[in-house]
Amino acid sequence: MPRLAIWIILGVTLTFLIGPFLIVILAGASAGEALAFPPQGLSLKWYAKVFTVESFRASFALSMFLAVFGTLAALLLGIPAAYALHRYDLPGAETIKTIVAAPIIVPGIIVGLALLRYFVVPLNVSITAALFVTHTALVMPYAVRVVSSSLNNLRADMEEAAVILGCTRLQAFTKVVLPNIRGGILAAFILGFVASFNEVPASLFLSGPGVRTLPIDMLSYMEITFDPSVAALSALLAFMSVAIVFIAERLLGFSRYV
Amino acid sequence: MSDAFVSLQDLTLSYGQTVAVPSLNLDIREGELIALLGPSGCGKTTTMRSIAGLLTPSAGRIEIDGRDVTRVAANKRGIGLVFQSYALFPHLSAFENVAFGLRLQKLPETEIRRRTEAGMATVGLSGFEARKPAEMSGGQQQRLALARSLVMEPKVLLLDEPLSNLDARLRLEMRNELQRVQKETGVTMVFVTHDQSEALALADRIVLMKDGEIEQLGSPAELYAAPATAFAADFMGFENIFTAREAQLTSEIGALPLGFLTEAPLLAWRPSGVQVGSGPHRGRVRASSFAGGHREYVLDSEIGTITADAPIEQPEIQIGGMVDFDLPQATARALRR
Repeated sequence: MPRLAIWIILGVTLTFLIGPFLIVILAGASAGEALAFPPQGLSLKWYAKVFTVESFRASFALSMFLAVFGTLAALLLGIPAAYALHRYDLPGAETIKTIVAAPIIVPGIIVGLALLRYFVVPLNVSITAALFVTHTALVMPYAVRVVSSSLNNLRADMEEAAVILGCTRLQAFTKVVLPNIRGGILAAFILGFVASFNEVPASLFLSGPGVRTLPIDMLSYMEITFDPSVAALSALLAFMSVAIVFIAERLLGFSRYV
Repeated sequence: MSDAFVSLQDLTLSYGQTVAVPSLNLDIREGELIALLGPSGCGKTTTMRSIAGLLTPSAGRIEIDGRDVTRVAANKRGIGLVFQSYALFPHLSAFENVAFGLRLQKLPETEIRRRTEAGMATVGLSGFEARKPAEMSGGQQQRLALARSLVMEPKVLLLDEPLSNLDARLRLEMRNELQRVQKETGVTMVFVTHDQSEALALADRIVLMKDGEIEQLGSPAELYAAPATAFAADFMGFENIFTAREAQLTSEIGALPLGFLTEAPLLAWRPSGVQVGSGPHRGRVRASSFAGGHREYVLDSEIGTITADAPIEQPEIQIGGMVDFDLPQATARALRR
């Protein structure tokens, strides 16, 4: 392929990938009063304002809580599930895998609506609990997928070796299997964390008065106030995600697992 | 047998509906080095896994050192198993791999250290304590796996294809190593192999298996010199096996007159037992290759393919040329069906 064509393709790809990110960073750094691009003058005042908005602080705390504990709960359920699917020749294993992966395949809007209609309303579940359950379910496929792929790299006879050396089945799992899939578990956690933190469609249905995840809160903030602080906040969140993935890559070669 | 240390009695082993071993009886003496030999699918690995406790027999009994262990879990049997893939723990150092089983027994740290270091010294791995398995060569990994089993002082040490993953030079080294370790520790060893030369070189007794049953059991010398069946003969290098009827040898494609009378239904000759250059039969040379001390011929004869080794002193017969040969009575081995 001619050199020029390669550069054009590369340029277009990078523009689509990084362009929006740059626009958001710059739009947040505007000195003007309205969200606009190009920014009208430069200032960090909107970046500073983000931290003073009360509802952002509350919704950030909720999103953090959901991302951390929802993902941990998903791992707590997902690791044994992945192990069972991997280790045992279960009847209907393929069906189970499909069901576990369903939240990735089914659009979030449908998941949210279904949960609202058939779980939250009839059972009168609190908003926080509903969000927690939803985020756990949405993150579960990542947990099962990523942990499964690290289990596949593990030789089955290592567990047998551990048993013959005196381990119970549980000890063989904790002393031999777990340490060897640690990287995969961390990778699953990071993926799940980011997926949960950025989740919009399902949370949209479940968020209620005063209890919103950060992305939902940003949406409703924009409906009322069209100032650049939302862009500033988006930029900060993007930096957070990049930082997490960067650290993960440095510490454990994250890209091996995804 | 009263001196049986490991005793398998009417053992039936199956995977689901598939019966791998229908009914096996085998007694192994203490300190013996036994080879379970056979082609893949003959039940040798299945048998070994049942001794280890990784597979519960559907019927029969397993006794080790006078104790019925048929229903005893694998982690309570006092057995060592060196896996074909070694199954080392990649997240642990060499030292911790060897110490793994000792730590589970909650022994004092000084004893763990002493026994682990002794175990690593036994297999010549002193100085490698801090290495991870991935930083060791195949031969070192194998010796590490051996040490990991040996430090547990197992009643029986099982080895699954212990030499198959090593190159030719390491294979010889490891073979000597296994014999030395066995002599030093006196541990009863059972190893599984599909390679008859490995079994012949290492074992005190060979259990030749076919379709889940023992085809023949004996010392390497017995099996080599006197295989009883066509299967055993074929495994022991008798490449020319024919049906004998009255004074004739027959095959699907033809017959040859036999110079003597036999009652045996089958007769077999090793390539070295076939006489090339003179004799009552004629064959056409299809292939000829130099093998150091002798020359290996493949002949097409009236009865089919004959493989024959000729002394290197004999002049070479070109491919396509005709040659006389004989299947002498002196080197014939009579076989059961």
